[in-house]
Amino acid sequence: MIHFVVHEDGDSVGTVVVEGVKSGDKLAGWVMEQDKMVTLPTISAIPIGHKIALQDLKKDDTVIKYGVDIGRVVAPIKAGEHLHVHNVKTKRW
Amino acid sequence: MINKDTTFLGYRRENGRVGVRNHVIILPVDDISNASCEAVANNIKGTMALPHPYGRLQFGADLELHFRTLIGTGANPNVAAVVVIGIEPAWTKLVADGIAKTGKPVQSFSISQNGDHATIMKASAAARELVQWASEKQREVCPISDLWVSTKCGESDTTSGCGANPTVGNAFDKLYGLGTTLCFGETSELTGGEHLVAERCRTPEVREQFMALFNKYQAMIDRHKTSDLSDSQPTKGNIAGGLTTIEEKALGNIQKIGKKCKVDGVLDYAETPTGPGLWFMQSSSAAAEMVTLCAAAGYVVHFFPTGQGNIVGNPIVPVIKLCANPRTVRTMGEHVDVDTSGLLQRELNMDQAGDKLLEMMLRTANGRFTAAEALGHREFVLTRLYESA
Repeated sequence: MIHFVVHEDGDSVGTVVVEGVKSGDKLAGWVMEQDKMVTLPTISAIPIGHKIALQDLKKDDTVIKYGVDIGRVVAPIKAGEHLHVHNVKTKRW
Repeated sequence: MINKDTTFLGYRRENGRVGVRNHVIILPVDDISNASCEAVANNIKGTMALPHPYGRLQFGADLELHFRTLIGTGANPNVAAVVVIGIEPAWTKLVADGIAKTGKPVQSFSISQNGDHATIMKASAAARELVQWASEKQREVCPISDLWVSTKCGESDTTSGCGANPTVGNAFDKLYGLGTTLCFGETSELTGGEHLVAERCRTPEVREQFMALFNKYQAMIDRHKTSDLSDSQPTKGNIAGGLTTIEEKALGNIQKIGKKCKVDGVLDYAETPTGPGLWFMQSSSAAAEMVTLCAAAGYVVHFFPTGQGNIVGNPIVPVIKLCANPRTVRTMGEHVDVDTSGLLQRELNMDQAGDKLLEMMLRTANGRFTAAEALGHREFVLTRLYESA
């Protein structure tokens, strides 16, 4: 069972692809580009399609997905935490 | 599975273009002609009215786009014949003459000094002859290079970027070398990934044209912008689906142009491409607007990947939906033509997913109704550039 997918090595986030992920679950992740598996415990409930932080991030850090900048951190984020609009914001508008 | 010898069954039109549907449309030039058009379509079975809210007191580039969209819609090879109805004779004739350049039969009627009753009667008589004529048209074997395919995603979520959109990309990479004509757009939704599209442009000239259109759209947004564009980019649905920023959404969006295709040229709204290859079209990211523009540019089949479940269709172009989100496939399955949710569990690889989409494309081109067609989704939405006079 794959619980989350990561586009490529170096991304700060994975995408949860199953329903019902709870805090404390040990998740299996698939890094698509390198085609390898990783594991990571969660510290939040994360809905399907939402992102999990793969590493600790501090305020103003850049979030990387697809190997590209997708925005800036506006509140500190721990590895395994739900990463979304409450802690990340666009740099564009 | 698809190669240069692949064929489909299409309708070859008078100008050589090939359609995959055989519609007879009743096309209003303006809002106040909708009622007559709907009456004609009700009278004459097998015809379809395309009501819309515009066409009065537009001017300049906005009016030109209105005409280009209406003419392009009538000219689309999925349309066999057209009845045009407008309030005033001059603009009605302008639209009808534009469509008639394709060589297909067009009849036009203006309501001013005739009234709805007489117009509906005369237009119904014309529509009856046209639909009987069109109903004898036969499909013939056509090479894959005759197929024009556009794409736009909608109600995206994070599964769009890792599942449904790269499936379109895989299919586009396979179609690209076969002489097909392809299209993508959604200008605001490239924000954060515009450099990646620029890198894919075939020549410096194309890159310059692309960046000029991109920057023009950004300047428009800058003039009117609000925080996160008032939950329009990303939308509430995108955010509910896990997309956080426009950059993330854009990077997912760009997966649709695959890994190998080059951007061969750029088009203004609803502009018809002049040769095969992949074209970028200046366009809104709103689903119905963008698909309407693709149809007006002459595309005959549309790939529409979705995450949270956009349900859009088009009156004349079959819109093929694909989805990789297992929850959406479960809760909204009646809207999904191609289920690619196996991708996220490695039950399906990208190459297989692309083939699955291409197989559905050929079946659809050969006549299979899409979910949107069966459900009666006929969203016809004209893009406006600014206020009416």
